[in-house]
Amino acid sequence: MSAHPANALPLLERLPVALRDACTSWLPESWRWLANSLLSIVAIFVVFATLFALLTLAERKILGRVQNRPGPNRAPLPFLGIRTYGLAQPLADGIKMLTKEDIVPRGADRVLHFLAPVALLAFSILTFAVIPYGRALLPVELDAAVLYFFAAGAATELAIFMAGWASRNKYSLLAAMRALAQLISYELPLLLSIVPVVLVAGSLSTSEIVEQQGTWLFGVFPQWHVFTPWGFAGFLIFFVAALAESNRSPFDLPEAESELIAGHLTEYSGFKYALFFMAEYFGMCALSGMGVTLFLGGWQAPIPALAFIPSYGWFAAKLLALLFVFMWIRATFPRLRIDQLTRLAWKFLVPLALVNLFTAAFWVLSSGWAGPLAFARWLVAGTLVLGPFLVLGRRLSAGLGPRTYRYA
Amino acid sequence: MNLSPLHLCLLFSSALFCVGLIGALSRGNSILVLLGVELMLNAGNINLIAFWRFGPAPAEGTGVLFVLFAIAIAAAEAAVGLALVIAVHRHQRNIRLQEANHLRG
Amino acid sequence: MSLAFLLIAFLTVATAAVAMALRNLVRSALLLGASWAGVAAFYLWAGAEFLAFAQVLVYVGAISMVVLFAVLLTRPSRDEGAVSPASAGRLLPALIAGGSVLGVLVGAIVGSPLRTAAKPPLAFTVRELGLQLMGPHAASLVVVGALLTVALLGAVVIAAPGRPGDREDPR
Repeated sequence: MSAHPANALPLLERLPVALRDACTSWLPESWRWLANSLLSIVAIFVVFATLFALLTLAERKILGRVQNRPGPNRAPLPFLGIRTYGLAQPLADGIKMLTKEDIVPRGADRVLHFLAPVALLAFSILTFAVIPYGRALLPVELDAAVLYFFAAGAATELAIFMAGWASRNKYSLLAAMRALAQLISYELPLLLSIVPVVLVAGSLSTSEIVEQQGTWLFGVFPQWHVFTPWGFAGFLIFFVAALAESNRSPFDLPEAESELIAGHLTEYSGFKYALFFMAEYFGMCALSGMGVTLFLGGWQAPIPALAFIPSYGWFAAKLLALLFVFMWIRATFPRLRIDQLTRLAWKFLVPLALVNLFTAAFWVLSSGWAGPLAFARWLVAGTLVLGPFLVLGRRLSAGLGPRTYRYA
Repeated sequence: MNLSPLHLCLLFSSALFCVGLIGALSRGNSILVLLGVELMLNAGNINLIAFWRFGPAPAEGTGVLFVLFAIAIAAAEAAVGLALVIAVHRHQRNIRLQEANHLRG
Repeated sequence: MSLAFLLIAFLTVATAAVAMALRNLVRSALLLGASWAGVAAFYLWAGAEFLAFAQVLVYVGAISMVVLFAVLLTRPSRDEGAVSPASAGRLLPALIAGGSVLGVLVGAIVGSPLRTAAKPPLAFTVRELGLQLMGPHAASLVVVGALLTVALLGAVVIAAPGRPGDREDPR
């Protein structure tokens, strides 16, 4: 990961970079950058693959807890026979996936059938490159990092189409088209919700956006973007759109297990199926990481007194909290219908995101207001956020008023 | 023969242009013709970037701005073109260019 | 000249040529996506970072999707998007025309002494690009926005099926 010139950072803060430098210091100068980049890639892959394994377990445990059942608790540790809260479950799952038969339908386009999961995983890993994991931990420093993130994310749609088409199964193809319709619809609010951040920060570089959220009001309140009216609205829009982009419940229509068979994954089995799942979790992690970076202050500590904890620790804590919310929502909300899904995107989220752009512009223009005017600033911005929300929300749920249960 | 980077970029773009041209002229399917035109547009964009990067007077970003506008217009062109293809398909039940020779549907 | 450039150029032209020759429309569209990504790689190599990502977002993310949707909506019922290859009567004139254009272009490029800058231009940051777009080029930006809106509306009007009373199929 690209080392900042700041050698003045405390040891704990630059520990990962120091470790990497220790590993590559014996190489000649001209080869070191290559080894450094490779090490960064390996580190990202190992960390997020481990996180993926643990997340599958955590998800099942949390769902179990919410539904008042134990969840997986049987898988013993290999050779020891100790059952530790199902901790070995990911291992068992992995072995199961690896040893399953890999079936390719007879009429399938074999090349594309193989390429689809690989491309999907590759594109989702690419998005990890521009997320600042810590003060000194940014794999690639790019001037247009936010644009890069969403360009790599947009390319995953092509892989989903490939999966649906190559299976040569009409249900796969139809489900892939449905998935694409959903992804394209929700890409709009996703992109529109981050434009205000770019507008206020005046930069597309993720490191700069995080740096700008690093001040404290009165020395206590962190000035993260989520603590402003436009930032709060933007974060909520971003989060809903991210749920839909990563195929998570309540927007998991592309592979609704109980309604469609498995959508575009119908003809996939064994390790390829596991790759699709890995890509889904990677996408979820990447979008959460981007949400943390853009709205929740990235690796900044919430109060100055806690800044002694290394920055990557804070990033990890925020990321895990956001991932927990993803799972909590999955356990709580029922799935949407496809018409409700598209209506929510086009009639609710997109107009709100556009209005939010005006709110952010007002916030930037009124940045000099002080004293009682600061109060007015919050009032106006709050009205700009809440008013459209109430109006549009009322129209969205018109005719769906409170239900009366006659026989209850 | 000593070729500068600018020469090589221009050769690259003319090769891409001719691939698009041959595709657009030889294929009968209107989607492929449209894709050939898109390729030619891309070749033009490569030229603009090559002159911006290696040209004698790299003025402040004119090439980049030009290509940005060209990409936006290409997106509009693709959307309208494919809408036309779908409309033709609705009338004719196929999208071969040779058979799309009526003004009335 | 760096090896990276030659690799990018070769892959871009090769994928484009194969895509234009394939029988299978879906495969052609996907391969053209790869070719457009190659052009984005060229932009990245030339130092136009913003353009490269915009190219991927617009071409690979949006235009290939529209093309694939159009292929699926217009394909003849059964045969998985295969189309007849170019007939000899069309291929030969096309090859002659394209080859002669290529010959003229290559001759002109190789024969002309192009002046190049002694030193590479300064890095053109995204910030400068934004200032240019919003300053001297604001009018063209608005025009492009209007054009995109009009094109979108036009595409919807053209592609949407007519009123229920209209004849759907002339035959």
